[in-house]
Amino acid sequence: MAKPTEVEAGEQKAPVIQPGHTFASITEKVSAIVLRRPIMGGWVLGMFICFIILQWFLFAVCWLFYRGVGVWGVNIPIGWGFAIVNFVWWIGIGHAGTLISAILLLLRQSWRNSINRFAEAMTLFAVACAGMFPLLHLGRPWLFYWLFPYPNTMSYWPNFRSPLVWDVFAVSTYLTISLVFWFVGLIPDLASMRDQTDNRALKFVFAALAMGWRNSVRHWNRYETAYLLLGGLATPLVLSVHTVVSFDFSIGIVPGWHTTIFPPYFVAGAIYSGFAMVLVLAIPIRKFYNIEDFITMRHIENSAMVMLATGWIVAYGYAFEAFMNWYGGDPYESFLRWNRLHGPYSSFYYALLITNLLIPQILWVKKIRNNPIWLFLVSLDVLVGMWLERFIIVIVSLTRDFTNSAYGMYFPTHIDWAILCGTLGFFAACMFLFLRLLPAVSISELKTLLPEAEVTVEHETEVHQ
Amino acid sequence: MKDTGTYGLMAEFDNVNDAVIAARRTYGAGYRKIDAYSPFPVEELSEAIGFHKNGVALVCLIGGLLGGTAAFTLQWWIATISYPVNIGGRPLNSWPSFIIVTFEMTILFGGLSAVFGMLALNGLPMPYHPVFNVPQFESVTRDHFFVMIFSSDKNYDATATRRFLEELGPISVSEVPS
Repeated sequence: MAKPTEVEAGEQKAPVIQPGHTFASITEKVSAIVLRRPIMGGWVLGMFICFIILQWFLFAVCWLFYRGVGVWGVNIPIGWGFAIVNFVWWIGIGHAGTLISAILLLLRQSWRNSINRFAEAMTLFAVACAGMFPLLHLGRPWLFYWLFPYPNTMSYWPNFRSPLVWDVFAVSTYLTISLVFWFVGLIPDLASMRDQTDNRALKFVFAALAMGWRNSVRHWNRYETAYLLLGGLATPLVLSVHTVVSFDFSIGIVPGWHTTIFPPYFVAGAIYSGFAMVLVLAIPIRKFYNIEDFITMRHIENSAMVMLATGWIVAYGYAFEAFMNWYGGDPYESFLRWNRLHGPYSSFYYALLITNLLIPQILWVKKIRNNPIWLFLVSLDVLVGMWLERFIIVIVSLTRDFTNSAYGMYFPTHIDWAILCGTLGFFAACMFLFLRLLPAVSISELKTLLPEAEVTVEHETEVHQ
Repeated sequence: MKDTGTYGLMAEFDNVNDAVIAARRTYGAGYRKIDAYSPFPVEELSEAIGFHKNGVALVCLIGGLLGGTAAFTLQWWIATISYPVNIGGRPLNSWPSFIIVTFEMTILFGGLSAVFGMLALNGLPMPYHPVFNVPQFESVTRDHFFVMIFSSDKNYDATATRRFLEELGPISVSEVPS
């Protein structure tokens, strides 16, 4: 629940919602984006570009299925190429949505109420993009259901001692829970949309999706409990997902992967890149859809501070990795350190240090944290940096493992690049559609931020006449 | 649905405090089959109509425990009975490696139970409900609050109950046809 002081504390911090709004104006403003706003040229252009990219993606995927994974740059010793790099990158981006919707809910950070909806949508689309890579790299993707334990005529079961099987369970649970979390949050807003529209067909669709939600306080009571429970369950879940993803590496014995710092360092990196993506989306959305009243500079600055903090956890991860390479005294680990700094991919490593560690330090400056354009650029830089980090982890370790005879190099093909760009296009297309079809800001949760939402009557007031 | 009379009476309010006071008085006057409606969750309002506890947490707990137990049992059964693989004499029941899937399935079943349990206890999906017949009720998703007394309440009386609701100072009192 909102404290009036939060809204009044405008001198020091920007408010979480601009003063002057009422329950009706919030409903009107958010639903108008979907119901009354005409389709703008910018939206059509963006969607058109996404459509072109999706055609490119379709071509690449068809070619991949037709010819097999040989069209990628993967070859022994580098059996894991872009597919795993992109998978880890995308799933990390998804983590910020769950962090905002679940962890900040439990911590009663009411500023989350205006950004959780689109951050959760971002999570869903990012996990969908991530999920494509394991399926695409299966070689025989039509047999994907072999990943799940089901009674079959081969009397065969998945190996539950393998981190790859853990990953199947972690990612599919994450996708399912993110989906229901997002949908449960949407139900009251779908009811609002149903009552706001005059179009009969739209009314029918929203009414069907809202399932007859009628804002009864009994329903709200159970709804709040369910929402809080989901938050409580999603919090350990989000931490476990990237932990399990990091197990894909750290359970193996490849130099540079076999380390205990991986789980916390992967989770921090995930939140780091996720908040970068939140900013990359929030900054244009609030501008073009005129919702600067709801997504204020407070949200933008808070996200920047989370980025800075998690960026330092990632830096700690790098430092400790290097320290353990030296302190552990393992010759293969020492060679890995040398190889990262001086090997064939060293330029990528220096680019990683610059994009992921050096440039984000400008976020210490308050002026930069309050400048959307600078923040947008820094966020893009972090997204590139986090992609490079996964590239370094996967590729550098695999190209030089234990014996000289097994050394190799990895060069992605244009199909690799087409699939990476294709998922970006898919993600952007989903966001474009989401903004036009569903309320991008939670209407009912935003209302609780208004001072009018506070019940001020004493409990004993004239209960008996 | 056939017209069998009135489903209840509904009073409309334009701010949360009036609605909370009205709900408390309605409960205080001995009405028990009552409900209230608000554009966003208001804890005081559900307290006021005497709705304190719900079963969602219990459903979630049972779902989570079942999910976790089923996941561990399945892995144990596969590893030791259905498909035992001897890897250098290591124990077949290698339980630490089963914890992750057990954990994930606990979360999955707990979360889904919370959501579907909440919907089921709320009686959703429900395509038709008499309250939607009241034209003013549309504003409940925007900015208005409603307090409702069902005709099934033992103290319900068409004229006396209407007079009672009108004394609470609402914007309007409407009859909800069933």
